[in-house]
Amino acid sequence: MLTLIDLVGLLPLLIVASTAVLVMLGVAWRRHHGGTAAVTVSGLALALASLPLASAAPSSPPLMIFDGLALLGSALVLVSGLFIAAMSHGYLAGYRGPREEFYLLLLCAVTGALGLVASNHLATLFISLELLSMPLYGMVAYSFRTERSLEAGIKYLILSAAATAFLLFGMALIYARTGHLELTALAAGVAGSPDPWILGGAALLLVGLGFKLSIIPFHQWTPDVYQGGLAPATTVLATVSKLAVFLVLLRLVLVAPVFGSGWLLGLISLLALLSMFGGNLLALFQPDLKRLLGYSSIAHMGYLLVAVIVGGPLALETTGVYLFTYIVATMGAFGVIMHVSGTGSGEDASGLHHYRGLFWHSPWLAALLTLSMLSLAGIPLTAGFFGKFYIIALGVEGSRWWLVGGIVIGSVIGLFYYLRVIITLYLREPGMQQAVADAGRGRVEKLALLIVAVSILLLGIYPVPFIDWVAGLAWAARLL
Amino acid sequence: MILFWLILIPFLGGMLCWHSERWGEQAPRWIALATMLFVLAVSVVLWAGGDFSAYGTGERPWLLEWRVPWIPRFGIEIHLALDGLSLILIALTGFLGALAVLCSWKEIVERVGFFHLNLLFVLGGVVGVFLALDLLLFFLFWEVMLVPMYFLIALWGHSGSPGQTRIRAATRFFIYTQASGLLMLVAILALVFVHYTSSGEITFSYDALLNADVPDNLSFWIMLGFFIAFAVKLPVVPFHGWLPDAHAQAPTAGSVDLAGILLKTAAYGMLRFAIPLFPEQSQAFAPVAMALGVVGIIYGAVLACGQQDIKRLIAYASISHMGFVLIAVYSGSELAIQGAIVLMVAHAFSSAALFILSGQLFERIHTRDMRRMGGLWGRIPVLPGVTLFFLAASLGMPATANFLGEFMVLFGTFRSAPVVVVIASAGLVLGAIYSLLMMQRVHFGREQQPGLLAGPDVREYGMMLALIGLTLAVGLNPQPLLDTTASMVRPVADLFMAGPVRAGGMN
Repeated sequence: MLTLIDLVGLLPLLIVASTAVLVMLGVAWRRHHGGTAAVTVSGLALALASLPLASAAPSSPPLMIFDGLALLGSALVLVSGLFIAAMSHGYLAGYRGPREEFYLLLLCAVTGALGLVASNHLATLFISLELLSMPLYGMVAYSFRTERSLEAGIKYLILSAAATAFLLFGMALIYARTGHLELTALAAGVAGSPDPWILGGAALLLVGLGFKLSIIPFHQWTPDVYQGGLAPATTVLATVSKLAVFLVLLRLVLVAPVFGSGWLLGLISLLALLSMFGGNLLALFQPDLKRLLGYSSIAHMGYLLVAVIVGGPLALETTGVYLFTYIVATMGAFGVIMHVSGTGSGEDASGLHHYRGLFWHSPWLAALLTLSMLSLAGIPLTAGFFGKFYIIALGVEGSRWWLVGGIVIGSVIGLFYYLRVIITLYLREPGMQQAVADAGRGRVEKLALLIVAVSILLLGIYPVPFIDWVAGLAWAARLL
Repeated sequence: MILFWLILIPFLGGMLCWHSERWGEQAPRWIALATMLFVLAVSVVLWAGGDFSAYGTGERPWLLEWRVPWIPRFGIEIHLALDGLSLILIALTGFLGALAVLCSWKEIVERVGFFHLNLLFVLGGVVGVFLALDLLLFFLFWEVMLVPMYFLIALWGHSGSPGQTRIRAATRFFIYTQASGLLMLVAILALVFVHYTSSGEITFSYDALLNADVPDNLSFWIMLGFFIAFAVKLPVVPFHGWLPDAHAQAPTAGSVDLAGILLKTAAYGMLRFAIPLFPEQSQAFAPVAMALGVVGIIYGAVLACGQQDIKRLIAYASISHMGFVLIAVYSGSELAIQGAIVLMVAHAFSSAALFILSGQLFERIHTRDMRRMGGLWGRIPVLPGVTLFFLAASLGMPATANFLGEFMVLFGTFRSAPVVVVIASAGLVLGAIYSLLMMQRVHFGREQQPGLLAGPDVREYGMMLALIGLTLAVGLNPQPLLDTTASMVRPVADLFMAGPVRAGGMN
């Protein structure tokens, strides 16, 4: 039964969900782009502000769990949602067609992600995952009059449906053997010697989640959807969706001993190595920035899988730090893309040639993109360095030398294309294509970009408060 | 605290340079010059006021020390410390930094503010490397130097052949050093975690890790991780692929910094970290390292003989000279290590001078290709004579600092590895060949074009006279330099002499 205290624990989720309803009613009553964006942003901000309150309440609603992992996930989801909502306003300003529904979809996706990170039952897991994915189909294909966007949407829809089928089949197999859907009970059920059915079910679950994380070999949708989708929609995919799904995967692995079996861990290691190399190699000669970021996200998920494989107390902390640094850098990169693109022409400025010489007419944007790329590459004094530091430390601590080698080689390959993007920003050549810079964007977007830039630098120079916070959460999560 | 400011000032100066562009074309240059002179002045004052015989013992291990916690979660501190060696190298950084600003006074005409930002950031990173004692902080500065250096080469470099060769050279430089840097990071982390499992204390502190108890099979690999990182930067021959291109394509200031200071960070890293942390493994590894050094000496010298591009020739000559440093560092003899330090300083002067001279030559005849030179002795006043001086220094003429360094290296190494010394001496002959070959091709021979070219102006005169003066001063009276570094070198040499028994660290 839900008690009042449980409702307090659910507060962020409730606030976001009711904001979605509010936005829907508002659109039905009267269309107003600025107003919708303002309601969305304030709803998300309110949810973020209610997090400390929610985490303080000793709530245990059915089907859900509010531990450190969930709190970490909620905070990251809300921060990215807030950024995307703030950036969408400027991005959609030039869009011809209904703009307000985009925020509705965004809020639904964020609700799904919030549920996902807190799910303690396969039913919530599944429903939340679908609630996260369904709006994304719409968001990716939002500008459906352009061929690419529509294509991306349909591609994502079909492949996602296939992945969902895998996921459901895996759940069914596990349920058939254990008779439980709740994670803790399920974990106890499979605690003995895992039989092939349970292993198979776990592997199928892995396939379903791996698809969302675009881990090789389930990555084929990534570049097309990244390129074709609207920049804000792609950002949701790259941040909210990936982090929520990853945290759920981590929760499964930490809770259920079946994932700890050597056979499955070997498989995950193989996938991790494949993703590190594959993602980086595929990105090498990519002339399109959004596709490049797509491939780079594959590689980053590969690095992150090391946390799943090694496990242990440090893994949670590593995941938190790495996910956040990755998300901040991704938000920076996509923020610049959103700022430079306008949907007036239909297509995003995703080709690298759009960014040639960006430094010479909008130095701050170029500086932010440079910072983001350096952070993704894991160069010191940017946030990404500490992410990489944690991952390598974890690999070394767990003596997984193959994976450490993979991270090192992958990072080196990755440098090549990150540097290529960076240097493009500074090149000035006669007859170059002028980027459309600063098409009258508002203050909110600039503020959002500034915050991202400052946090990349700050996390790189003095990450102590953040690290302490994550370490505290990880410690709390371990106790539960 | 003054150590912290030594690092911070170049970074602040760099930011200021970028913003001062709006005050006028010359403003960034003056600010950058003032910043570097400040670093130089501080280190000279510290040197003049320091007593270098008293420290190095257990009571006072460092001349100056500053530590505050940075990331307590992992026991990472901002731990800076200064001893004779770091002081010498920081003074060198300040001096060559000022030269780098001066030599680009006319060469760099566009994006002046951003150029000086990058230049000062490189130098700030280098000062950080020379001061950092916490292993993670050291790694951080080690990497921080790379990005601005990459920009210096990629944006202001020369594209020799058609295509974007300067960007390729810059990328290659970055990838080589970053890859080796990551190996070092893995090695550092492995060391830290091994220390953690044995002592239960997680720390990146140099003092604590000196006494880490590392299992034998692992410690060799960890040592190798450090060695490769430093070997790439030095460069040691199989890892030298980035150097000739980076030097050839970089702007003059970039080459000066690369050859003069950045290469020295590697030798410094070996002396400060690789050997004291792993004395036994280093000792076991010494024959391999010395063999690599000999290969570097011969290989660099032979390839230098065949170059057509002046800057590539000087770059290959650097590989050859750094071979001597490598031999000396792993010989374990106090005399040789002292010689290596003298040679590092001397090489910084002579290679910086030669790069500046080739830059000045390029400003006058717009080529670096020696096939299109010749007969310049009669066409340019003064500069050919200066070139002759520095080539003589580079080939190890007595009275120059280079001679002294090489002599001490060979003399000191002879007792432990006579064969190595015999082969390395052949490098001196080759050195004479490529130096004279360069002189002959550039300044003597048939004139390609008639007509007198401009002589050096006050700025160019000043730079050259300062360099000549310092080369002679160190060559004729090296004792102050040797006194300054003696108490740093002696414990390192002792570590080798101590044999398989683990020495109690350096302090």
